[in-house]
Amino acid sequence: MSATAAAMPKPQSKPKTKPARSPRPVETADSRLLNGGTLILALFLTVFVLLPLGAIFLRSLYDRNDTFVGLANFATFLGTPALSASIGNSLSVALVSTVITVILAFLFAFSITRTGMAGKGWFKAVAQIPILAPSLLPAISLVYLFGNKGMLRDVMMGHSVYGPIGIVLGEVFYCFPHAVMILVVALSTADARLYEAAESLGAGPWRRFWTITLPGARYGLISAIFVVFTLVVTDFGIPKVIGGNYNVLATDVYKQVIGQQNFGMGAVIGMVLLLPALLAFVADWLGQRRQMALLSARSVPYVPPKSVWGDRLALGYCLLIAALLVGMLGVSAYASLVKFWPYNLSLTLANYDFEQFDPAGWGSYANSLRLAAWTAVAGTAVIFTGAYLVERSAALPALKLTVRLLAIVPLAVPGMVLGLAYIFFFNAPWNPLNGLYNTLAILVLSTLVHFYTVGHLTAATALKQLDPEFESVSASLKVPVWKTFGRVTVPLCLPAILDIGIYLFVNAMTTVSAVVFLYSPDTKPAAVAVLHMDDAGETAGAAAMAMMIVYTSIAVRVLHAGLGAWLGRRSQRWRAR
Amino acid sequence: MNIRNALLATVGALSALTLVSAAHAATTLTVYTALETEQLDPYKKAFEADNPGITIQWVRDSTGVVTAKLLAEKANPKADVVWGLAASSLMVLDAQSMLEPYAPKGLDAVKPTFRDAKTPPTWVGMDAWMAAICFNTVEAAKKNLPKPASWADLLKPEYKGQVVMPNPASSGTGFLAVSGWLQQMGKDAGWAYMDGLDKNTAVYTHSGSKPCKMAAAGEYAVGISIEYTGAVQKNKGAPIDVILASEGVGWEEEATAIVKGTKNLDAAKALADWAATKKANELYVQFYAVTAVPNVGKALPNYPENAEAKMLKTNDFAWAAANRDAILAEWTKRYDAKSEKK
Repeated sequence: MSATAAAMPKPQSKPKTKPARSPRPVETADSRLLNGGTLILALFLTVFVLLPLGAIFLRSLYDRNDTFVGLANFATFLGTPALSASIGNSLSVALVSTVITVILAFLFAFSITRTGMAGKGWFKAVAQIPILAPSLLPAISLVYLFGNKGMLRDVMMGHSVYGPIGIVLGEVFYCFPHAVMILVVALSTADARLYEAAESLGAGPWRRFWTITLPGARYGLISAIFVVFTLVVTDFGIPKVIGGNYNVLATDVYKQVIGQQNFGMGAVIGMVLLLPALLAFVADWLGQRRQMALLSARSVPYVPPKSVWGDRLALGYCLLIAALLVGMLGVSAYASLVKFWPYNLSLTLANYDFEQFDPAGWGSYANSLRLAAWTAVAGTAVIFTGAYLVERSAALPALKLTVRLLAIVPLAVPGMVLGLAYIFFFNAPWNPLNGLYNTLAILVLSTLVHFYTVGHLTAATALKQLDPEFESVSASLKVPVWKTFGRVTVPLCLPAILDIGIYLFVNAMTTVSAVVFLYSPDTKPAAVAVLHMDDAGETAGAAAMAMMIVYTSIAVRVLHAGLGAWLGRRSQRWRAR
Repeated sequence: MNIRNALLATVGALSALTLVSAAHAATTLTVYTALETEQLDPYKKAFEADNPGITIQWVRDSTGVVTAKLLAEKANPKADVVWGLAASSLMVLDAQSMLEPYAPKGLDAVKPTFRDAKTPPTWVGMDAWMAAICFNTVEAAKKNLPKPASWADLLKPEYKGQVVMPNPASSGTGFLAVSGWLQQMGKDAGWAYMDGLDKNTAVYTHSGSKPCKMAAAGEYAVGISIEYTGAVQKNKGAPIDVILASEGVGWEEEATAIVKGTKNLDAAKALADWAATKKANELYVQFYAVTAVPNVGKALPNYPENAEAKMLKTNDFAWAAANRDAILAEWTKRYDAKSEKK
């Protein structure tokens, strides 16, 4: 504390000690700081994004005895019917899940944006429920609902939920919020002039829907389709729990790497998994660039007309979806309290005594809290500072472009591929960083990188809203740039910073895919414990731990809402003027 | 300032001291295991109580996974001791010279079949576990399923879609069942039996205890699993019978071994010693009735009777170990590829 007080008078004394030799001495020091920071960020992203991905690619060219075999692993992969069949399986469940999810999400987003229905904000919040849970949870709930002793097994009409049906049901739940988010954005930007013109030309509501609404949202639709498709292909929690004997690529990676320690083949399937993700990434990027062009300065915001029956229909539909979403959580919450499903339905807390199911016991929950807290704190600091450097530094354009690209890459890398890449890169004996292996730090780093892009974009958007004049003014007042950053930029961007922190925290709590290859016995996270308990047939224990994750995510969200409101009153008054 | 510095120095010295003393006091043994999770805690606590200064850190997974992990880490072993892994798996590791020969104190009390034949042995057995049929009586009554008494019974068409068994590639229980069938029926008849069983099998699970837990929960009527899991589930109130097939059942030993190259050899030997004591066997018998040191106590309630008599007489671990890779490759080719099965 005394240190900061001592530092206070310095800026004033600086000009005295440094006479005006060069025209802008302070800015030189500042720009050196900013440029150095940008360079460090570029190095960080290279080491933790680019090089591991290079390592997994190289590993796919080597066999079990570390001999270079070229594309032989890929040939083996395609030549093994059990493995290549997984491609077809993955594609078909992904296609079906995508169609169902996007249709359901479109109707939901349409109800929220284009009707006069009540409770829109509430429905928007409820649609986010699946994000609070690890993807294993919907699968566990589905076992209790539609398994052979499930509550609603008769609905299945003799079909088994273990297999494609279960996977699709689980994935629709898991992907729904992502599709809704994208489509709400796509549908909320509309030009009322188009609708007026169409109406005056005599086009009915259907015609207007097909010729204005749908084409207007087409890039959002494309983006949603690709995002959902990628999420399904790369998700591993749901098929692991409910896939039965229906093998998909994501579970094959797990089986090859964990079950048979065949890392070369794991790397090959990882590379295959990267393909749809890359495609989705490019499509999304193209789509988003065009979406901007749809609105011009002359556009008139579209206000949905009131329609009694339409609004009632929308409300009914949204209520139904909300009930399903809450119900899925409710099933696991209930099942985690049942003594011995399905023969003894008396309630107990015994399933929360995790030590009987898993040696790590409550320790893995504590690990997850530590992982989430570290990821949130370190991640927010790195991501926000990084975005600031890219937005504000005068570094070489080429360097800035490299950083911008590297910040976007993690979005296209499935968690399992990232986790596997980290094994290959950080467990290599020649790597000076291999001390990270088996530590909590590598879990934090992998999670931070896995979710880097969304945080980066959030921060960049917030920074773009701030006038760069702040920096110019402080430069001319000879205030060092780090002080402006700490005193002006960070306080003004606090809501965005908080958003990034919460996003990282919740995702670190729920993610399984990247960390499943990287944990060690004393850093096992709760979501991995859920997986292990389900594997051992302790479904109730798995449900209980999954619910602990959900309760924590909800608590953090509620805290965030409260804190956000408080901050809004404290530091965001400038936005109102 | 001076006082603050002095304070800081004291705190620093103190924390350094505690760190140093902690490092001296405790050896942490990394122990790989495929024991059931409920066994881990009592075993660890009992050992640590008798050996202050040594802490066990478990790495637990299914037998196949632990075996594969140990093989994959051959160049740079991470485990100090393996405590509770199938003897046939340890033989695979022994064939790669990955185990440290050591004769624990009290080896004389161990039954001759429960140790590596070499002197000194590379592994010493703990107990035997076997393939049992967990049969859900409530679901059976609903579906009119007869109670199976033999392996042959499970081929009956009424069990179609009602059988669950562990995948032998990952589960030791799955492997001992398969190895048992191949040994008692012969190679051709054994595979023909599994072809038939595959027609009735709904799911192959990753873990060996899961089929019994699924049968206990009524998900499926028949689970080929571990006899001990059956007894535990029944004690928890599951409506199941635990059946040992009349033809005799495949079985396997859990055993202890020291990993060659361990940096904690003394502590590892302490664990190997302790694992062969009567006291340790008194713990084992609370889970498995047939132990390495005989007559150490009573089996847990609902444990199947005459287990020792039902265990296959001619169970050749060496054969199982030598043929493990070939058996698993054949099994995977025949049954794992049928992924489209509804």
